[in-house]
Parts: sequence; structure tokens; C-alpha cells
Amino acid sequence: MNLNQNKIKDISIVICGAAGQGIKTVENLLVHNFNNSGYHVFSTKEYMSRVRGGTNSVSIRVSSQKVAALKNHIDILLPLHSKALNHLEKRISSETIVIGDREKICKECPPQVKKFIDTPLADMAEDIGGKIFINIIAAGIITGVLRFNLDQIKKDVKDFFSQKEKQIVERNIQAVSQGYSYGKDFSDKQDISFDLKPSSDIKKQVLINGAEAVGFGALAGGCDFLSSYPMSPSTGVLVFISQHAHEFEVVAEQAEDEISAINMALGASYAGARSLVTTSGGGFALMGEGISLAGMIETPIVVHVAQRPGPATGLPTRTEQGDLELVMHTGHGEFPRVILAPGKLEDAFSLTQKAFDLADKYQIPVFILTDQFFMDSYTNIPAPDFQSIQIKKHIIKTQKDYKRSLITRDGISPRGIPGYGEGLVGVDSDEHDEYSHITEDLDLRTKMVEKRLKKMEKIKGDAIPPELIGPKNYKNLIMGWGSTFYVIKEALEILKLKKTAFLHFKQVFPLPNETKTYLKKADQIVMAENNATSQFGKLIKLETGIEINKKILKYSGLAFSVEEMAEKINHLLKQEE
Amino acid sequence: MKKNTYDMGDIDVAWCPGCGNYSIIKSLKHALVELGIPPKDLVIVSGIGQAAKIPHYFKTHFFNGLHGRALPPATAIKAVNPQLTVIAESGDGDMYGEGGNHFVHAIRRNPDITNIIHNNMIYGLTKGQASPTSQFGFKTPVQTKGVILEPFNPLTLAISQNASFVARAFAGDVEETKEIIKKAIQHKGYALVDIFQPCVTFNKVNTFKWFKDNTAYVDDSYDPGDRKAAFEKALETHPLPLGVIYTSPKKNTYEQNTGLYVKDKNPLVFRNQKRSQKLLQLINRL
Repeated sequence: MNLNQNKIKDISIVICGAAGQGIKTVENLLVHNFNNSGYHVFSTKEYMSRVRGGTNSVSIRVSSQKVAALKNHIDILLPLHSKALNHLEKRISSETIVIGDREKICKECPPQVKKFIDTPLADMAEDIGGKIFINIIAAGIITGVLRFNLDQIKKDVKDFFSQKEKQIVERNIQAVSQGYSYGKDFSDKQDISFDLKPSSDIKKQVLINGAEAVGFGALAGGCDFLSSYPMSPSTGVLVFISQHAHEFEVVAEQAEDEISAINMALGASYAGARSLVTTSGGGFALMGEGISLAGMIETPIVVHVAQRPGPATGLPTRTEQGDLELVMHTGHGEFPRVILAPGKLEDAFSLTQKAFDLADKYQIPVFILTDQFFMDSYTNIPAPDFQSIQIKKHIIKTQKDYKRSLITRDGISPRGIPGYGEGLVGVDSDEHDEYSHITEDLDLRTKMVEKRLKKMEKIKGDAIPPELIGPKNYKNLIMGWGSTFYVIKEALEILKLKKTAFLHFKQVFPLPNETKTYLKKADQIVMAENNATSQFGKLIKLETGIEINKKILKYSGLAFSVEEMAEKINHLLKQEE
Repeated sequence: MKKNTYDMGDIDVAWCPGCGNYSIIKSLKHALVELGIPPKDLVIVSGIGQAAKIPHYFKTHFFNGLHGRALPPATAIKAVNPQLTVIAESGDGDMYGEGGNHFVHAIRRNPDITNIIHNNMIYGLTKGQASPTSQFGFKTPVQTKGVILEPFNPLTLAISQNASFVARAFAGDVEETKEIIKKAIQHKGYALVDIFQPCVTFNKVNTFKWFKDNTAYVDDSYDPGDRKAAFEKALETHPLPLGVIYTSPKKNTYEQNTGLYVKDKNPLVFRNQKRSQKLLQLINRL
């Protein structure tokens, strides 16, 4: 048996079980081991909105080259309970190696299961000291099957349990070693081999997830105030920054509700802090009035919205790109804003950092739009360049007759903060004069509206251009934004279409100036989005007048897999090539 | 400091002639002058309503935010710059109705801010509907048969949550109100000052005379440190108590509890943080 018949240089591993069974432990251990062993690694999870029970799965890819999309196919499957195989039935093929106690997990195996490493996991675990060791044995089996370095996985286990007592560490090392030899024996006997090559540059890379990437970006961007209310899938950012708040001198406050969160953040920003809120659809909806306030008082704010399927509570732990229109239109009245949507983790870092600068420079709300898939995905990326970080504070020392809402040529009033200079700093949610005092002078009102909207000219000039991947003289153009970057990219690599390129947007509003030029060059345009109504397609139509009729849409609550994306693109474009 | 330090001069004021707000703003300005707090060290944060317009008649820093939302920005301003004196001020509808949740949680957080509520037992700016503190049976164009909700008692609620300073004043008594406000500002921690204020246009029941007849100051022997007694005092309605009703045993403020001012007293917003090295160390630890 050779998993590498088609020269696949990456392996797809899935662990599936109930919440509370320790899937995360195996995921954590394996991704670190693969990373430490010099491979590109990617993992993503789908899980139910519950604390115990149910059926959740983690999909891990280990590869010789960069991969960061969900793959449908499974090479190695570790089911931790009896419902796992049914849960993943559509993803299992005759090539899938299943590891586990056949009696327990596969009484009625799906017919396509052909390769079973029947392992008495529970008995082996009992011999070592209890059921708790099942996961670590299983992780050992996986690294054994892959014939990775035994010393490395032993070291990783030791590091993983470094906070525990010596005896516990030793037992876990024993568990992983036994699993390893079990897996390696199987691999030898069955003549399984893989075409994985470690890459030397991985050593210089860092392994992080989407939530950490946004969190790092915020800290690098000078964030020193965070107020939020926990809500999946945005909570990871709140947790990450809270855990490092003291070290980085950040006020990190769990507010009583999202309304408080956004209003606190604006208060802190008014006083000179760099404020962040992190939330998801329903929570963000509650912040609507606060976003409008930010627009009126021209106070900078960065808002991270991690999307999940709605309407209402929807699917709390699943993924969707369904809130672009919400973020576009949130807040009554008319005022400028910027919406950024990272596709790579390195973008999440750099864009979040940049968001703080944009927010301060233009005194506007800047949004970072991610989703559950992006938040919960781990991958190794080149270490961000922290040394070159420069934070430009767009704050002036005020003079005596300071006017916070001064009407200027470009619409940007020099920003003062209370306590820095001789001036008095006021902001008002009512229409106001240049001192920000309430007014009903309607001529002044007209000037103030124009002043606020005038900022959009410069903001547009700062727009981040989309990234074109593929031939410059394309006939067909696939378009995507945010988290679908890698799945579309990989699907096109598989399809090897000669006249098709991919245009990815990491700034979705305002649209970069070159957008229309890119679109006009194409004979056929396909928009791929993780939602039901092609929200970005509608935005493109609104801004450029170009209607995109070919769409690839998914709204089941899951991310696209590489295979389905490739199949759908192929279906729409094959005849055109 | 000059007595008129905080005055704006000749400006158009949106309050009705004879409104209790005029007395309150006078008491507050005098309190600030007597305490020697200069305008550049003061931020008034307000919500929406007639009372919430107060910062526009005040020469100082101000954040006139959204309806019901004065307390969250006030808390945050103080947290990032504790050198500022922060007053969150609005009406009863704003603070107790729309912003009720923030009221409860501001007490729990205990930021070192003063929370002044103009309590006229009615909605003025929307022209005369019931407020959370309107009395049972009070008739309005909306509550046509009279209010059927229990009136909200800010004092008992605040004491029940162990608010660090709880007081009530009456706008008609400018001197007494000024003294209470001074104590509230000087108090370290969250300080509630609920001020009875006649609404001369819409509230024809709870008039200047009504408040005079139905309130009484706690006497000199009253001990605001006794929480149970304070709670009982706050329950009284005939007459309604005035004065400092409760002060909690000393506790840390929210700003202190963030732990960010232990080593460095410099306000967070004036620190010039260099994070490159820390970020590098953190990412290597992951």
C-alpha cells in the first residue's frame, strides 16, 4: 500500500470524537511535532456548540509545501468514539487508514473502510495507568505510521506536559513511545511510505492560529485597551490579549454586554488609548449605535468581527462569510469606514496592526473581518518582523483655543486628547460645531457632514490592492475575499487552468481603485464566497457596475474543502479554457 | 481659582426657565472651584436627555455620548488616564432606564468616578412620559391610567451591591448639594449622587414644594458606614432621605485593580511602550 501513488506531498489526518475527549490535546501535540519536525502544517476544526459529548473533528495536514485549506480526503483517521466513522463517512475512502479498537469504534464499519490498524488502545492505556493515556498513545501511533523521529515526539510530549509532575511526564513519554512502535510496525509490515520532505525554513517559522494572529497584530499595532463580551468564534482574541494584558500594559475588560464594550472602547480611545473590541454577528449587531457614535465623534476604533452563520444565534461554532453587509452598513447615518479581511494568518497580523494606524490616522472605525474557520485554524507562518514596528501616534498637543472638530481641507481634524496640552477636548454625538458643542445650525450641519465624508478620498488612496495569483493575461477570473484565500489558490493549483487567475481581496471596503480594471480584463468572472447571497458580489456590482453571474457559494456552516472548490471551478470554467 | 472658571459666558441654554438643572450646574461648578480642580483636569461624560446637555454649558473636556451610555466611556477614560477627574452625569431615564445594566456593573467595577443623576421622575426631552423613578400611579400621556411599575430605587440597589459611596441631594438646596458633590468627588471609588430635581414643565406632581415637603437630611449622628442601617434608611419614603447615605469599607478602585498602576503611575495613554522585544519573546514561547 502506498499513500503516495499520486505523488501527494501532503497527508491529511483527522481526529474525531466527543467534546471533552481530548481531541485538542492530540491536535496540539501533533501540530507542534510536525512543525518542530520541519513540515508545513495546517489544522482546522469543526465542532458542536456544547461542552461535553457530541461529535467534533480536527483536520490536520502535514506537508512538504505550504497548505492552509481544508482537505476533504482523509489519509489517517483516529476515531475516538463509535459515532466518528458515521460522522465522517463522506470523507473516508478505501485509502483511509483508521486507527483504533475495532470492536469499540467500528462495529458497523462503513463499507469503504479497508485499512484498519486494529489497536487495543484502551488496554494499552490501562497498562500505563488509565484511559487518560489513549490520546497520547494515538498521537504516538500517528507519528509512528508516518515514521517521523521518535526522539522529537518524545521531546514534544515532555514539553507539552512540562508543568506536570515528573511521573506524569514519564508515563506520557511511555505512552507515546509504545504508540510510536505500534504505528511504525504497521507501516513497515504494510509497506506504507510517504513522500514528505522537511523544509529547513520551517525552523524560522512560528505556529499560530487565527485568533493569535489577530491578537499579535493588535499588540503590535499598539492596542492598549480591549473591552469585549465573550462570543464564539471571536473569544479567542479576547482570551489571547487578556492573558498577556499585564505584560503588554493593556486594559482588558470583559464588559457586561457588547453595548458597554463598544462605548468603553470609544471612551478609552477619546482619552488617547488604542482601542479594540472583538465580537461576532449578534454581539456586533448590539454595537451598532456605538459604531455610529464612532463615526460622529470621529474617534478611532478597531473592531474585530469573527463571523459565524446567522441569522440570530445561527450556528454558534460554525463558519460563514455572512456578515459583510452587516459590517458595511452597521451604524445609522453616513460616515466613512474601512473593512479589512485577511486571507492568510500573516495578513491577519499585518492588517490588524495596520487597522490601528488607519483608525487613528482617519479617526474612523476600522473592521477586521474573519470567521470561525480562520480563527480556529493553525498553520506555520514566517515570523512577523517585530523589529520594524513603528507606531505613529496621530495625536497633537493642544493649544488654548483647540477645536476638536475643526473643519479642514481633507476633513481630518487634528486629534487632541484630554490632559495633553492647554486645550479642552470635547466630543458630541449630537451634530456639533468645531468645538464639538451641540448645534442645530443647519448650514454648519451640512459642512460637518461634508467634512466627515471628505476623509473618504484619502482613505481610498490608502486602500490595499487585491492580490492577483496566476497568469496576468487571464481570460477567467476567480474572485474571493478573506478566509477563502488558500482554498481557492490550492484548487487552482490542482486544476492547472492556463487562462484562469485568482484575485483575492484583503480590503473589501472601500474597494481598491484598480478593482474595475482587473474585472474588465476578464471574459468570465466567478465569485466564490462562504455565504448564500454573494455579498461581496453585490458590493462589486454597487461600486463598479459589473454584475458577476457565476458564483460558488457555500452556507452549510462548514468551510470549503479544496476538492469541492476545485470541482466547482472546474464545472464552471472547463469549457471556457 | 475664579468662581466663574467653568462658565461658558453668554450661550444659548436648552433648559426651561426655572428648571432644577440650573441649580445643579451651579452646585457642581462651585464644588469643582472649591476643590481647585482646573477644567483641563476634568472630563464630564454624559448621555442623552436634557440633563445630559450639561457639558455644553461647562468649560471643560467632555464626552457627550449615547443615550444611557455615559458610564462605560467614563470608566474607560479613568482607566487609561487616572489623572483626570471624571464625572458621569445624566438624567434618571438615561442612567437607570436605558443604561441600567451599566449602572449595576459600574458599581461592581468601582472606578474612581462620580456619577451624578438628575432625578426628576419624568422624561423631559421626550415630553413627559414615565421614567424609572416615576411614582406608582403617576399619570402621563403614555401611562394614561398611571404608572403600574414599582419605582426604581437607586439607593437601595447601590447599597445592595456595596457601592462605595451613595448619596442623595435636592437641587433646591444649592449649598447642601455642593457639599455632597464635593464629598463624592473627593471619595476614592465609584460615587453615586442622585439629585432630586423638579421638572417645572412636565412633572406637576413632584414639584419644588413636593420635594421640600417630602425629603429630610440624615442627622449628624447618622453613620453611613453601617450597611444594614443604610439600607433601611434608603428604603424610607416618608420622608425621602437626603445626604450621604452609605460609604463602603475601603476598597480598591477599578484602575488600581487593573494592576497597571502599581509600578508606573504614569497614565497608560502617556506611556511610550516599546513592544518589539516582548512580542518576539512571546511568539517564541508559543
